[in-house]
Amino acid sequence: MKHIMANKNNHIVPYRTYVYVLLILLFLTATSVIVTNIELGTLTVTTALVLASLKSILVFAIFMHLKFDQPVYGIMTGGVIILIIIVILITFLDYFFR
Amino acid sequence: MTREGNQHDEISYLRVQGRYRGIFAWIFSTDHKRIGLLYLYSIMTFFLVGATLGLLMKLELIAPGKTVMEAQTYNGFFTFHGVIMIFLIIIPGLPATFGNFLLPIMIGAKDVAFPRLNLLSWWIYVFGALLALSSQFMGDGPPDTGWTFYAPYSFKTTTNMLPAVMGAFVLGFSSILTGLNFIVTIHRMRAPGMTWLKMPLFPWTLYGTGWIQLLATPVVGITLLMVAAERILNIGFFDPSMGGDPILYQHLFWIYSHPAVYIMILPAMGAISEIIPTFARKSIFGYRAIVLSTLAIAFVGYFVWGHHMFTSGMSGTALYTFSILTFFVAIPSAIKVFNWVSTMHAGSIHAEPPFYWAASFIFVFMIGGLTGLVLGSLATNVHVHDTQFVVAHFHYVMFGGVGFAFMAAIHYWFPKIYGRMYDKGMAKTGWLIFFIGFNTLYLPMFYLGIRGMPRRYFDYLEEFHGPNIISTIGAVVLIAGLFMILSNLIVSARKGEKASGNPWKGNTLEWKIPSPPPPENFEETPVITRGPYDFN
Repeated sequence: MKHIMANKNNHIVPYRTYVYVLLILLFLTATSVIVTNIELGTLTVTTALVLASLKSILVFAIFMHLKFDQPVYGIMTGGVIILIIIVILITFLDYFFR
Repeated sequence: MTREGNQHDEISYLRVQGRYRGIFAWIFSTDHKRIGLLYLYSIMTFFLVGATLGLLMKLELIAPGKTVMEAQTYNGFFTFHGVIMIFLIIIPGLPATFGNFLLPIMIGAKDVAFPRLNLLSWWIYVFGALLALSSQFMGDGPPDTGWTFYAPYSFKTTTNMLPAVMGAFVLGFSSILTGLNFIVTIHRMRAPGMTWLKMPLFPWTLYGTGWIQLLATPVVGITLLMVAAERILNIGFFDPSMGGDPILYQHLFWIYSHPAVYIMILPAMGAISEIIPTFARKSIFGYRAIVLSTLAIAFVGYFVWGHHMFTSGMSGTALYTFSILTFFVAIPSAIKVFNWVSTMHAGSIHAEPPFYWAASFIFVFMIGGLTGLVLGSLATNVHVHDTQFVVAHFHYVMFGGVGFAFMAAIHYWFPKIYGRMYDKGMAKTGWLIFFIGFNTLYLPMFYLGIRGMPRRYFDYLEEFHGPNIISTIGAVVLIAGLFMILSNLIVSARKGEKASGNPWKGNTLEWKIPSPPPPENFEETPVITRGPYDFN
């Protein structure tokens, strides 16, 4: 199995990058908590989802190496995200028009 | 490459001696074939329990009023029957048993990508199953919500809901890990030369199924946790008195549970797509169309969940959107049926037991599919919603679809799995009794539903008496057929006539290795140069 699983082009990410990303994630987490004190009305959920999406993109791209891997994995992940977005949109066909 | 024919003197996966002995050699084995059989035996055990509960419910319905059980017992029975049949049997059914056993062999691999994870999946399955079953014997009585655990009743009922809900939650992990394992296996471990369009159709359906298991199952996991949180912490997600929305539960539940229908049925369609060309001695008609329809079903299946909720109070816009999308998903299913029938056309049909099951699968699945259009259509849905019509439709699709395909699969791959052949005459007789029993049991329920008999009631009006008697007789006949089939298979697994490596003259890779297969399947990694259904 080794020959199958081995990746000839392993990309090494410097620890410094991980630390920067961690700090950005902590900052975004703090922001998502602080922003709940502001009355944003109908934008409350949107704001929370945008912040959560930013954090997810960073984790996918850096920690899960999507940025450095073959494009096919990025396409597959993008496909899954589009699928989830469609499911949420269809759900809101009920809530927006009820 | 590999050898056909009798190879019983060689060490097979059934006889190989590893680190452990006895039962431990099975429950700690990471061999995909042994794990497949672990699932098979677990599933068949639970199936007998679920079938017994179903028979008892039909006995209760043989006459109006109380006959063999109280109303609350009946409520517990249909819940338990549903939980067992859905979460423990037809969701893992074909992927976990035949998928585990056959996927690596059919793509020319020695095992799945993550063998230990595969074994862990079975252990999680057993743990989840025991947790769900414990709900029957602890607390304040068995759950009575039905297998859908609908809110707000599921967090207000005093019955013992938490173990059942958490059991289903745990079972989801088993499903996710199996799906992940299959996706990686198919991507990374196909034999040299096996391009995507040279891959057999059963692995293709497992691939589509794997994506649904991976992406849809977490949704129901979170939903069930929300029900548990409602019961324990009284949060109010689904409670209108606290600003929650009970319809949100239905959305979340069916966002998983409708795609789950395709977790169940896609591998069933894959098994049928293997069996029909073999017994028609003809290449499958429209290979690419079947592959595309598999992926289309897996994809469109995500967007049709709302047809389970037409009377829930959803917006009109959502109602007709879901209705239109539901009609779309019928198209790829119909493509498959036309391809199977076209494969048989002008073929050299060999009427062996697996073929009987496959052909009758098409018949019962068509009845289930066409009555599904009645339910997918808004106006007729309102008329028959929550009646016996839905129960009949559901059983034609799930029991008729998955059940018949499972039987087709076990009769097809039995000689490969055990290296022995069953009594074909007895198998055909068992099929005939089962088929008659099945239709006698469920056809009257369409009529009862159209006449207005609701589902999930232990009592009914006198005018529904006659069809209910016929239905109960059908249940007894079906069980008789089932016992005949199972006894034939169980006895033959030990004492049946020895089978050759390729008794059906199949063309896919599993028929090119000995029966039963050796521990690592292939002496040398096969090189694929031809398509899987090239009978020329």
